[in-house]
Amino acid sequence: MAFVTRLLQLIPVWLAISLLAFGLGHLTPGDPARLVAAQLSDGPPSNELVARVRTELGLDKPLPIQYVYWLGNIVQGDWGTSFRTGNAVLTELVRRFPATLRLAALAFVISVVVAPTLGVLAALYKGSVIDQFSRLLALVGASLPSFWLAFMLIIVFSVNLKWLPVSGQGSWQHLILPATSLSLISLPSLMRLTRSSLLDVLQEDYLRTAQAKGLRQRWVILKHALRNAFIPVVTVAGMSLGHLLGGAAIIEIVFAYPGVGKFLIDSIGNRDYPVIQAYVLFLGTIFVVINLLIDVVYTLLDPRISLDQKHAQHV
Amino acid sequence: MFKSSEFKSKELEADATTQPMSDTGSLERHARFSRHQRDSKRTRFLRQCGWDIYLGALIIGVCLVAALFGPNLAPHDPAMLHPRDRLAPPSLTYPLGTDNLGRDIASRMLHGARLSLGIASLTALLIMMIGVSVGLVSGYLGGLVDDIIMRVVDTLLAFPSLIISLAIIGMLGPGMVHAVIGLLSVWWVSYARVVRGLVLSLKTQPYIESVRALGASDARIVIKHILPQIIPAVLVLLSLEIGQLILALAGLGFLGLGAQPPTAEWGAMINDGRRFLQSAPQLMIIPGVVIGGCVLGFNLLGDGLRDVLDTKST
Repeated sequence: MAFVTRLLQLIPVWLAISLLAFGLGHLTPGDPARLVAAQLSDGPPSNELVARVRTELGLDKPLPIQYVYWLGNIVQGDWGTSFRTGNAVLTELVRRFPATLRLAALAFVISVVVAPTLGVLAALYKGSVIDQFSRLLALVGASLPSFWLAFMLIIVFSVNLKWLPVSGQGSWQHLILPATSLSLISLPSLMRLTRSSLLDVLQEDYLRTAQAKGLRQRWVILKHALRNAFIPVVTVAGMSLGHLLGGAAIIEIVFAYPGVGKFLIDSIGNRDYPVIQAYVLFLGTIFVVINLLIDVVYTLLDPRISLDQKHAQHV
Repeated sequence: MFKSSEFKSKELEADATTQPMSDTGSLERHARFSRHQRDSKRTRFLRQCGWDIYLGALIIGVCLVAALFGPNLAPHDPAMLHPRDRLAPPSLTYPLGTDNLGRDIASRMLHGARLSLGIASLTALLIMMIGVSVGLVSGYLGGLVDDIIMRVVDTLLAFPSLIISLAIIGMLGPGMVHAVIGLLSVWWVSYARVVRGLVLSLKTQPYIESVRALGASDARIVIKHILPQIIPAVLVLLSLEIGQLILALAGLGFLGLGAQPPTAEWGAMINDGRRFLQSAPQLMIIPGVVIGGCVLGFNLLGDGLRDVLDTKST
């Protein structure tokens, strides 16, 4: 039941995102009707054609009406037609999305394995070599442009060592370099968060109680400390999945990796406005779903939080 | 495995009053404690500053010199082609070598410093002004205004900021001004959120209540009594955001959505070097290292200040 309520709460959020995507469509310089008409005719479009397109697309109606029409089309699966390819935008996005998801998922796995491991070690052995190393890594990692690091990885592993392919997709080897450089978006901050969160939890009274009660050190850490220290980490990790999907755009360009991000950037270069608009709505919808999943994981991790309770998610 | 003293955070260790004076360090601590009391606020602040703040400030200082005097220091015109010296290695004439068109890389980097740092700082200041104003209004007024603003903020926060910026720039068309508009329209939300949170907690403080009881107007309360309290948190955010903006602008430049050629811009220079990845990797390495160094400076300063000022801002 709580799950259904939470699901219903997502509708206004999604509507807000759709409003944002709709608004984007009105940022284009010039007259949208003329733009569409130019795609239909060979030369500059005649005024009659522009007028006809305007009526057909409902562009002569007031904005709220236009939005309702537009939303109706979206719900029915008509997300517009790409100027460049002439295909339905939704089909194009759905076709390319699995590639981006694979990339983001691998980058996600890399960050949620490496970051908490290093973070926990750094917190447990505060001031040790591993702590210094991971802090340096976090600091430098957060300061370098991820796309630049991607090129450095290409220079080392593809050009000089010839271990991994330079670009494209196909085998699992094609994913390693893009996913590694993409994980740099979330890894440093996640690592720092784990470290500081665990350090905070370690000075809580209930841990001292557990120690006083004679529990073994290792058990105290595993059972009592990590569970609580990981709560903010789960939130930020979940949010980072969205950032990885979005940040994939620039990495996909570097590796000529055919995902939705590269599709977006190519479309921007070609002024393919329907694609840009649909991309925002598409990823927005996915983020909404991801947020729902985070909430579910949250309740599993911390019984104090329930789904029907509105909880603050800021960390 | 580890001792209980390691549980204590840095803040606790720094606070000499809570430490038991039993071990060998007690004398030293006692000395520090009494000095602590004699110090003025400013010297205490300076002593708390760690190496990270000094290193960060040093790096930023170097960047500032490059941004302010770069064009005067540059040995060549950044757009000047030297067809005979294409892809030249570093030499006395060309300190960092030349690119594929024979342009002096050092001069382009110096000119790029003014552009990258100038635009990033300007954008950061604009973002700060928007974010702080929105956060103050939203937090102080509360009610319906707050609800509406926070709904907008939550929607924008649901996205990675880069996506909406990219979409806006895509719709407006590439170019530096559009890139700044694209970044501005999304990035203010993090400020607004932090400032609103701070205002909410300050609003109910007794001293605000008493100022209000004395008959101070809302504007006076906000400007004279709330704004000064949130400045430390805002400064920390500002330093961190300038670094992030340098990265974002470099990314946009790399994608060809920011500064247009032949303007010397760091991100665009990385893109220019792509075709020479194998033969002349220095074309990409130099801008990347400089971008990373600059951002590192701002991150060090921001993190260091956050520790000293103890703001819970992110």
